[in-house]
Amino acid sequence: MSSPWSITLATLTKDIRLEWRSKDALNSMLFFSLLVVIIFSFSFDPNAEESREIAGGLIWVAFLFAAVVALNQTWARELRNQVLDAYRVSPAPPNSLFLAKALGNFVFVIILECVMTPLFVVFYNLRVLGPAWQLIPVGLLGTWALVVNGTFFAAVSLRTRSREIMLPLLLFPISIPAVQSMVEATRIILAGDGNARFWIVLLLTYDVVFTTASLALFGTILHAE
Amino acid sequence: MKRLFPILALLTAVLLIYGLYQALVVAPTERTMGDVQRIFYYHVPSAWTAFCLFFTNLLASLVYLVWKNSKADALAVASAEVGVIFCTIVLVTGPIWARPVWGIWWTWDVRLTTTLVLWLIYVSYLVLRRFSDSAQTPVLAAVLAIFGALDVPLVYFSIWFFRTQHPQPVIGGGGSLDPRMLHAFLINLLAFSCFGAMVCWARYRLERLHREVEEAQALESLLGAPQ
Amino acid sequence: MNSIKFLYAAYIATWLIHAVYLGSLVRRYSRLRQQMKELDK
Repeated sequence: MSSPWSITLATLTKDIRLEWRSKDALNSMLFFSLLVVIIFSFSFDPNAEESREIAGGLIWVAFLFAAVVALNQTWARELRNQVLDAYRVSPAPPNSLFLAKALGNFVFVIILECVMTPLFVVFYNLRVLGPAWQLIPVGLLGTWALVVNGTFFAAVSLRTRSREIMLPLLLFPISIPAVQSMVEATRIILAGDGNARFWIVLLLTYDVVFTTASLALFGTILHAE
Repeated sequence: MKRLFPILALLTAVLLIYGLYQALVVAPTERTMGDVQRIFYYHVPSAWTAFCLFFTNLLASLVYLVWKNSKADALAVASAEVGVIFCTIVLVTGPIWARPVWGIWWTWDVRLTTTLVLWLIYVSYLVLRRFSDSAQTPVLAAVLAIFGALDVPLVYFSIWFFRTQHPQPVIGGGGSLDPRMLHAFLINLLAFSCFGAMVCWARYRLERLHREVEEAQALESLLGAPQ
Repeated sequence: MNSIKFLYAAYIATWLIHAVYLGSLVRRYSRLRQQMKELDK
């Protein structure tokens, strides 16, 4: 009997390999991300001083939209091939499946963010006036906050009508404290005005609380389908 | 039980009318805000009732998750729906109060924003219940209620800190409190609590009837409709 | 004195929302009663 960790790893590498072979989702997501950045640049004039102040918010809203599009097809492959039924009867702990999916989404969204961020920097002439290294924990913790709940709610939405709209509908209200933390932390770091430590700690708390909740309740969700 | 409901409903109606009288006639006019402050007698009791109902939903959801009791699930549906109604009233009366007193319709203050997020979470709960076709919808909804409950303290805390950094006017508070005002407030608090409980009970009975009818219909189609 | 309009608006809005909701409950209830009667036949 393999350990839960090895199952997680196996599922994760399988997903990444499948994704890499088709590259369809990845390419269309990359293009979508580029479009989002450009639309935002048209809508919120990058030259205005105000735009630089809200750049932190703009980036995260853009990431949020990209993440939702990525999350929506989290379980699509499993649904198509009745993999979920197999998982229900297998002795593998449901957590492993969830963790693999969440980590896969995490990697995917981080890649998108790495593409979108330089574009934002270019279009908005962003300069980091605060401690730039702090953007890394903000980025990692913030992305995980969106992805962990997003993967969970994607599973909850599986058997609902209008599945694609159900996911953001469930995700956005719950994510409000996380989004506020990400945006404030980014704004503070970019402007070099104040200390982002509180927001980073709040993000960490949010991540711990909801990762625990998702791991604890995913089994219930899986068997409820 | 069936006799009890009309009696309690009548009692609640009397309390509400008495509360209205207290709020509009007996309570003195507030010094700084004027008569508009009387909205307070409806705004805060509605908020209290909404939070109690949402808490009821949380408890009912937990009971359902552990014991799969269908009565608990019916109560969860009822308390969520009625809670959203009362919460809507809080979000409507808040800005109506804020506009003449502070000159703004909305401010991201702690209580109002937390109420808004609670409203959003429970509206999404109701949408999930409506859109989910699975027989396991109650389980999914119960899990959502738990996630919502975990979220609320985080919401409150994050907005609280945000506001210490960016202070703005506070809606729904302040003003002097004369003992007659306290009396009027407590009467309305009691009246709205009873009213909330009554409507929730009515909705609960409606839900149970709905399920009875569904079961009866399913049974009939299973056995074949008699000619 | 203009602010008194806001007071009325708030109280009326409250009772309007409650009235609409209670009305929908009554409507749903009578419809279910009707369905129940048809099933009992």
